[in-house]
Amino acid sequence: MVWLLFGYFAAVSIVAGVLTVTLRNPVHCALALLTVLLHVAGLFVLLNAEFLFAVQIIVYAGAILVLYLFVLMLLNLKSEEQYFHRHYLFLVFAGIGILGELLLLLWQSPYRGVRGTASPKVVLETGPSHAVGLTMFSDYLLLFEIVGVFLLGAIIGAIVLAKTPTAADVKAE
Amino acid sequence: MDAPTSMIPLAAYVTVSAILFMTGLVGVLVRRNFIIVLMCVEIMLNAANINLVAFSHYLESMAGQLAALFVIAIAAGEAAVGLAIIIVVFRTKIATNVDQINILKW
Repeated sequence: MVWLLFGYFAAVSIVAGVLTVTLRNPVHCALALLTVLLHVAGLFVLLNAEFLFAVQIIVYAGAILVLYLFVLMLLNLKSEEQYFHRHYLFLVFAGIGILGELLLLLWQSPYRGVRGTASPKVVLETGPSHAVGLTMFSDYLLLFEIVGVFLLGAIIGAIVLAKTPTAADVKAE
Repeated sequence: MDAPTSMIPLAAYVTVSAILFMTGLVGVLVRRNFIIVLMCVEIMLNAANINLVAFSHYLESMAGQLAALFVIAIAAGEAAVGLAIIIVVFRTKIATNVDQINILKW
């Protein structure tokens, strides 16, 4: 059963990822990307990461993708005849070669490491979200605050960049 | 590595993640449209997230999940700033495709 779910989520996310790269119409690409994000969220559930599953759907599928769709609608892009790079076949074959090499290395790896304290049994007793919250507000508190400041900077930067130029700005140039 | 709760080995997740990452990387290199290049970067970030969460599960530590959360936050900032830059480039009619922005190329 778990294998079935894993196979479904993995296969659909990979196929939708390839579709995101190959479809011509940008809106279709955005919808394929939405499929990738939702199925990666499914993989998170299989890994006992409920909180990340919720964050993935709310933040990625709900906020970031809507932002992409807004910009796509706003700019009204034409889907062009030549939407791939000139030498795309060379790049695709290079990509497949690197992927093969990567998988060869990964499958030979023994995957050893130091076990932490959050074993699945302990985590499932109190709930995964509880465990994430405890770690975030104790060990990772400083990082959490830094990410808040970073997001503030990103918001200000985006507003300043995308501001509609007024008559005074144009005259100053 | 033996699986503690589920039967799926860690290598399966790492394989999915590697394939998704390579798809995104090829997409960044191959596509000419600005916005789709950014979408392919999102695919790459998602592939990295799968890796982080899988290792977090199999090594029984919360660190991977927290790192994945921060990756999502950074991705949100990256999307906002990247799309703002794209809007500016479109508005000033510099280009509509990535390979047309080559003023800095010598």
